[in-house]
Amino acid sequence: MPEATAPMGPAAISVENVSKTFRLPHQQYSTLKERALHPFRSTEYDELHAVTDISLEIAQGEFFGIVGRNGSGKSTLLKCLAGIYGVDTGRISIAGRLSPFIELGVGFNMDLTARDNVVINAIMLGISRKQARSRFDDVVAFAELEEFVDLKLKNYSSGMLVRLAFATAIQVDAEILLIDEVLAVGDAAFQQKCFEEFFRLKRESKTIVFVSHDMYSVERFCNRAMLMERGDMVQIGDPREIGRAYHKLNFGHLPHDAPAAELAGSGTAIADAWFEGPDGARVTSSSQEDSLSMCFEVRFGENLEDPVFAATLRTELGHTIVVARTDQHGGSSGSFKAGETVIARFAIPNWLTPSRYLLTPSVAREGTGENALALVEDMASVVVHGSSVSGGILELPVDVRIEKT
Amino acid sequence: MSTQGARLPLPRRAPTRHSVHGPSALGNDLQRFWSLTFTLARTEFKLRFYGSVLGYVWTLVRPLLLFSVLWVFFTKIGHVNDGKKPGEKYYGAQLLGSIVLFTFFVEATTGAVRSVVDRENLVRKIHFPRLVIPLSVVLLALFNLAMNMIVVLIFALGAGVTPMLSWLELPLIIGALVLFSTGVAMLLSALFVHFRDIQPIWEVIQQILFYASPVIISIQTVIAKVSATELHIYMLNPLAVIFQQFRHAMITNATPSAGTVLGSWAALGGALAIVVAIFIIGFTVFNRAAARIAENL
Repeated sequence: MPEATAPMGPAAISVENVSKTFRLPHQQYSTLKERALHPFRSTEYDELHAVTDISLEIAQGEFFGIVGRNGSGKSTLLKCLAGIYGVDTGRISIAGRLSPFIELGVGFNMDLTARDNVVINAIMLGISRKQARSRFDDVVAFAELEEFVDLKLKNYSSGMLVRLAFATAIQVDAEILLIDEVLAVGDAAFQQKCFEEFFRLKRESKTIVFVSHDMYSVERFCNRAMLMERGDMVQIGDPREIGRAYHKLNFGHLPHDAPAAELAGSGTAIADAWFEGPDGARVTSSSQEDSLSMCFEVRFGENLEDPVFAATLRTELGHTIVVARTDQHGGSSGSFKAGETVIARFAIPNWLTPSRYLLTPSVAREGTGENALALVEDMASVVVHGSSVSGGILELPVDVRIEKT
Repeated sequence: MSTQGARLPLPRRAPTRHSVHGPSALGNDLQRFWSLTFTLARTEFKLRFYGSVLGYVWTLVRPLLLFSVLWVFFTKIGHVNDGKKPGEKYYGAQLLGSIVLFTFFVEATTGAVRSVVDRENLVRKIHFPRLVIPLSVVLLALFNLAMNMIVVLIFALGAGVTPMLSWLELPLIIGALVLFSTGVAMLLSALFVHFRDIQPIWEVIQQILFYASPVIISIQTVIAKVSATELHIYMLNPLAVIFQQFRHAMITNATPSAGTVLGSWAALGGALAIVVAIFIIGFTVFNRAAARIAENL
């Protein structure tokens, strides 16, 4: 979660009035023949203002997000920061060593083994062959691919590739990392590992600039974020606000109105949501053996007969783990009067794998439960800890029996 | 996490502030430049070498096949070179030597034409000195040349060539060839980004250069057939000078050195000027294109 919205320390990256324009010739490739026949015909082109007069400072140790729709100029800006594109006007200065990669696994060769690729990739990212060799074991251990180091990459699954690429990239001790859309793949367990690695980088006060479509990871990691549209900076500030602005831009409305917990003037609102431990006390972390209750408080704005209360538990990646509803077992939830406040508690055995989970409480009119009166996404969170990590999402009690036939 | 303990702690130093410049041909870190060039060339080499069991054999087959065809045709059927003239002593070894050098030139230049465009994903996603790409192609060709030279050596010794003091000239001769090839490689790879017809054009020029150099036809035949002016023009071709000097120094002193062909070493100034000019033009063109290659691809 973002701790600060203002820059924390001295600037690691400073961007002053940077603009970048691309020339798009009407004909993509001219030929030498044409050029020789018409030496004075000027090639026609359109100008595309990819980045227009952007100024910003990113503090050392900051996790900075850049969001925007396709073609908004966010990747162009990142490439300018990386020095892949030269800027037309303005100035970019950085303090410290910049990792030159903006995408994972660039230059991976499918016909070479993982061993060769890791070394080559690391050299491209700016460390020496000797350093690359000495860190090889770390990379492979992190990627959990020890058994496959001598396998050609073409035989790797896409998940394995991403793991290898990410593991290689983080071995490069740059002070500033620029990352373009990286966390889209990989299984849940490895994504969790990547997130932990991000938090470690954050603790080591590395500066990270992160371009993404995924508002969720931006809101999670970034201290600050910036929204771009058509080459302009639309807004800069708290990632949650940026996320809201982004959704507004994208869909013309918000997927959820976070503080306003009621929908469409129903008058019914969810005032609070939390987790409770076995003793009924509010908790933000829970042990695997303990029971866990998902709780929320609802204030009714009208008289309601048998409304549906629901608690949805999701992982940080947005995978839904549990949906508990009052209409599931055919029972009635009761009748409520306008102005009444109730607390709904859904107790579940804690069979969750260690991670962080988010609670989305909702209340709907009787019926299918689709007609929501109030819903707040990810209103409360709980961190589950414990020693049972099987790699799955749930650690269900298993009765194992092996019988000889 | 298990890997965290193994990681070396970061030295805490005050980061230096510097401006970000766009991409350039050479960059500002020669160590990294060299290590990248070497890595790219080594990777390609490895891919060819280990890609198939016959990997290396295949890279040899092309020059050897060309050599066999030409040798059989011109000595047994065409009787162009019957080994009677003094300069055509060890004709086979001379022919093979020229073919191997020409193969290097083709690999370095034709290989470089598409190199930058073909490595688009690197160019657009990593900040690195752009010149690394065509230079790695030249370096790869040089690896192959080194291995093919062993074949030439074995063939020459088998044909009766004895080691000579003039073999010491070889680094210089090959150095000149590398310089020329590098100049052409830089020029072509930068031009190809804009002009996609460079590739067929270059293939034609390369064919012309093949016949305008002492590969099949020995220099004595050329001297006997053309006027002095025409000979001077012929010797403006850097490949002609380099190949002839190679045949003289490596295979047999019976064939004249490049200087002797024209009567004086000073007369070779034209070819030398062309090599230097191509190198400078190639570098300048590439250097100017480097900043915008990523966006023009």
